[in-house]
Amino acid sequence: MTATDSGERALEDRFEAVVGADQRVEPRDWMPEAYRATLVRQIAQHAHSEIIGMQPEGNWLTRAPSLRRKAILLAKAQDEAGHGLYLYAAAETLGVDRAELTEKLIDGRQKYSSIFNYPTLTFADVGVIGWLVDGAAICNQVPLCRCSYGPYARAMVRICKEESFHQRQGYELLMTLMRGTEAQRAMVQDAVDRWWWPSLMMFGPPDGDSPNTERSMAWRIKRHTNDELRQRFVDMTVPQAQHLGVTLPDPALAWNEERGGWDFGEPDWSELKQVIKGNGPCNAERVERRRAAHEDGAWVREAALAHAEKKRRSAQ
Amino acid sequence: MTENKAGWPLYEVFVRPRRGLNHVHVGSLHAADDRMALLNARDLYTRRNEGVSLWVVRSDAICASTPDEQDPFFAPSGDKVYRHPTFYDIPEDVPHI
Repeated sequence: MTATDSGERALEDRFEAVVGADQRVEPRDWMPEAYRATLVRQIAQHAHSEIIGMQPEGNWLTRAPSLRRKAILLAKAQDEAGHGLYLYAAAETLGVDRAELTEKLIDGRQKYSSIFNYPTLTFADVGVIGWLVDGAAICNQVPLCRCSYGPYARAMVRICKEESFHQRQGYELLMTLMRGTEAQRAMVQDAVDRWWWPSLMMFGPPDGDSPNTERSMAWRIKRHTNDELRQRFVDMTVPQAQHLGVTLPDPALAWNEERGGWDFGEPDWSELKQVIKGNGPCNAERVERRRAAHEDGAWVREAALAHAEKKRRSAQ
Repeated sequence: MTENKAGWPLYEVFVRPRRGLNHVHVGSLHAADDRMALLNARDLYTRRNEGVSLWVVRSDAICASTPDEQDPFFAPSGDKVYRHPTFYDIPEDVPHI
């Protein structure tokens, strides 16, 4: 064994010991390259999802039915921009550059959550996104607050606090619609029918088809498998649906007394694969919009820099 | 890495949650200059009244110890148990000490 080998081994042992003791890995610690790469991919994808996630609801900003709903929706979109920024900042502690991540998003080299490739057809979709999509996101994100990488875990703590507002405003919006006319109730049911299965797909492929899960769990990046989180989400959501008075579009949904959870049907995994491949209803539109925003904003970024430079010079 | 492609440097953000408490590091952001860093920090880190005062400082202005917790840098305090009050045995019936 050479000196470098044993040095490397010692670093690896330290890393394993820190993770094994449930302590946090911090930015300048030594870490295995694969751990770093996994985190960059996951955090970037998460950041991109927040940024792209502004679009489906942004679609309704100018057509919100009241000033109150408009102010709420604006605050929510602003939170999502903020979440994206927390996460890009966490990714940057791993030695990548935010501008580079944005390039990768608009070039299609990095992904974002498949859920944002579905259209928002009515204002009820705004409520259902808050209730189901943000609800599913909370299920995914709460365990990430204990992720082994410190900056990611800390970003998730901030995000989870704010997501709770997102979910509750969605549910309240839907309750309001359900107290309305027959047509409004039908609008809610239609939105639930369209968003239920894509929401279940947010947890990713079934455990048997999720090759990276085991390693991510060993590294304590992930704390639960996809199927565990999906089950937790269904168990949380069914009573909420009952209270709301909507039907979840799954004939297989049934309480299983024996294991104390809800049985549910299998999502259409071929649909998820298609959406991830880029063939969802809105993939091209979402990325194009992001690209346009980035390119149209270039002059603002340059002007701000020129202004800063001018002020710096005149101060000298 | 403090300059991204747009050339906006990286800043670290510190928030004083309320009077009487220290400023605490909350995260980082990019901004063209100090003024923009403050405004962005307000919009990003204090949307829900999380602070009454903000500090921003360019990341490249921070001087840091090495991250290793077993670093010899911190060794001088390691063997000085007599700095802690519990080091000293005082009979229980001695009051107020």
